[in-house]
Amino acid sequence: MMKLYNGKIILLGLAVFVGIVTFPFWFNMGKAAPAPVLKLDTPVIAKMPVKQCVRPTAFMKAGHMQLLNQWRDTVVRDNNRVAPDQAGVMREMSLSNTCMECHSNKTEFCDKCHNYVSVAPYCWNCHIQPKENS
Amino acid sequence: MDKTRRNFLKVVGLAAAAGLVLKPAGKGFAMDLVRRVPEGAAPTDKALKAGRWAMVVDTKKFTDASREAVMEACRKAHNIPVMRDPRHALKWIWDENYENAFPEQMNEHIPEYQKKNKVLVMCNNCANPACVRVCPTKATFKRPDGIVMMDYHRCIGCRFCMAACPYGSRSFNFEDPRKSLTEIDPSYPTRTKGVVEKCNFCAERLARGMQPACVAACRNKELIFGDATDPKSEVSRILDERFNIRRRPELGTQPQVYYLT
Ligand code: HEC
Ligand code: HEC
Ligand code: HEC
Repeated sequence: MMKLYNGKIILLGLAVFVGIVTFPFWFNMGKAAPAPVLKLDTPVIAKMPVKQCVRPTAFMKAGHMQLLNQWRDTVVRDNNRVAPDQAGVMREMSLSNTCMECHSNKTEFCDKCHNYVSVAPYCWNCHIQPKENS
Repeated sequence: MDKTRRNFLKVVGLAAAAGLVLKPAGKGFAMDLVRRVPEGAAPTDKALKAGRWAMVVDTKKFTDASREAVMEACRKAHNIPVMRDPRHALKWIWDENYENAFPEQMNEHIPEYQKKNKVLVMCNNCANPACVRVCPTKATFKRPDGIVMMDYHRCIGCRFCMAACPYGSRSFNFEDPRKSLTEIDPSYPTRTKGVVEKCNFCAERLARGMQPACVAACRNKELIFGDATDPKSEVSRILDERFNIRRRPELGTQPQVYYLT
């Protein structure tokens, strides 16, 4: 049999240590923030016969930032300003003039999701946000 | 020791080879994202095109009022504020005294109107631009049609370009420009504190089939804009016929703004 010297203190210390390290997990248990509900009730989207984005929804959820980067480079560096969306309609590749024309409810759409995942795009330092009266 | 190093390299080599073989398996979604240009991307139908854009400034036709109208049109089109502190001024198109615009032309005797009349100056969109050579991030670059573009997304605010430009055509945003703007045109972005900005010959208007804002604001053809490589264009014909000067041509920058005096 191996003997554990000062066993009580060590075990107590270990228990306290494990408790402190895992504190954030059990403190927040069962309190996960609910996924945000995104609103699509903008005037432009309301008028659309088929309510779809410029790319398939699953792609947009995961890849809209890459798409925006592509658009940015294509417009600014290649001087190509329009490209077909998933329905084949030629659209201007523009953050303020295209995305935000449909998603004019930025606070209820982009911001809601971004606050949830804690990202803060700096684009709005320059690109103009749509006017919202809320 | 030798043996283990050899084995280590073998394993690494195998892993790299496996990576090359396995990579195409992850095709599809992830690969789509890396492709830079969206499929079918094109210029707009109405886009104006040129071999090399050039501007002619007919200095004699300008009055104080028409110069101000032209500068105001530019400020409106690009959300350029008038700064209270002149050291923070954001200059895309502005007026200079003759001796400042053309120091080497200031002879002892020149016509009175030339001495008095101010000269409109802007980025010369040089064919051999010094700013492009010094930019460490390629934020400023020359397009095939001669326009010296700013990609504000890449600008890190190092101001090398400002040091390189012999015409003072570049301005730094020392403060948030939005604080000094009274009205904003939502279709064109503002800039932000910490980037350099300048005239872009209205690339965004040319892309939509419009003349630059300053040219469109002229009542009397004070400014003429067009393709310098097309011998039949209006700018080419004017420059072929009339004596014209450029700002500091001896520097070899090949400015593309021409002055009739
Ligand atoms: C023509 C109008 C229109 C344009 C332009 C548009 N969207 Fe959309 N977007 C929609 C609609 C409608 C949906 C909902 C699609 C659905 O429910 O399947 C949507 C869905 C999305 C979603 C997924 C939301 C979710 O359910 O999680 C994102 C993200 C998004 N858009 C971002 C963008 C961005 C970024 C741009 C510009 C690059 C853009 N959209 C341009 C109409 C548009
Ligand atoms: C379904 C949730 C969701 C919606 C809706 C959404 N985004 Fe995002 N967005 C994200 C996530 C998640 C990221 C961060 C991805 C990362 O960090 O890799 C992100 C990142 C971005 C980025 C890149 C930020 C950076 O710093 O690189 C931009 C730009 C952006 N979003 C624009 C928009 C715009 C514009 C809209 C509204 C039209 C929008 N997003 C709507 C989830 C969303
Ligand atoms: C320093 C200012 C600045 C910032 C910050 C900025 N942009 Fe831009 N952006 C511009 C300017 C100026 C243009 C040129 C507009 C034109 O030529 O019509 C532009 C053009 C674009 C374009 C193509 C044209 C258009 O109308 O949208 C896209 C897309 C774009 N930016 C996306 C972004 C995204 C996404 C972000 C944030 C991740 C961002 N930009 C941040 C200044 C900025």
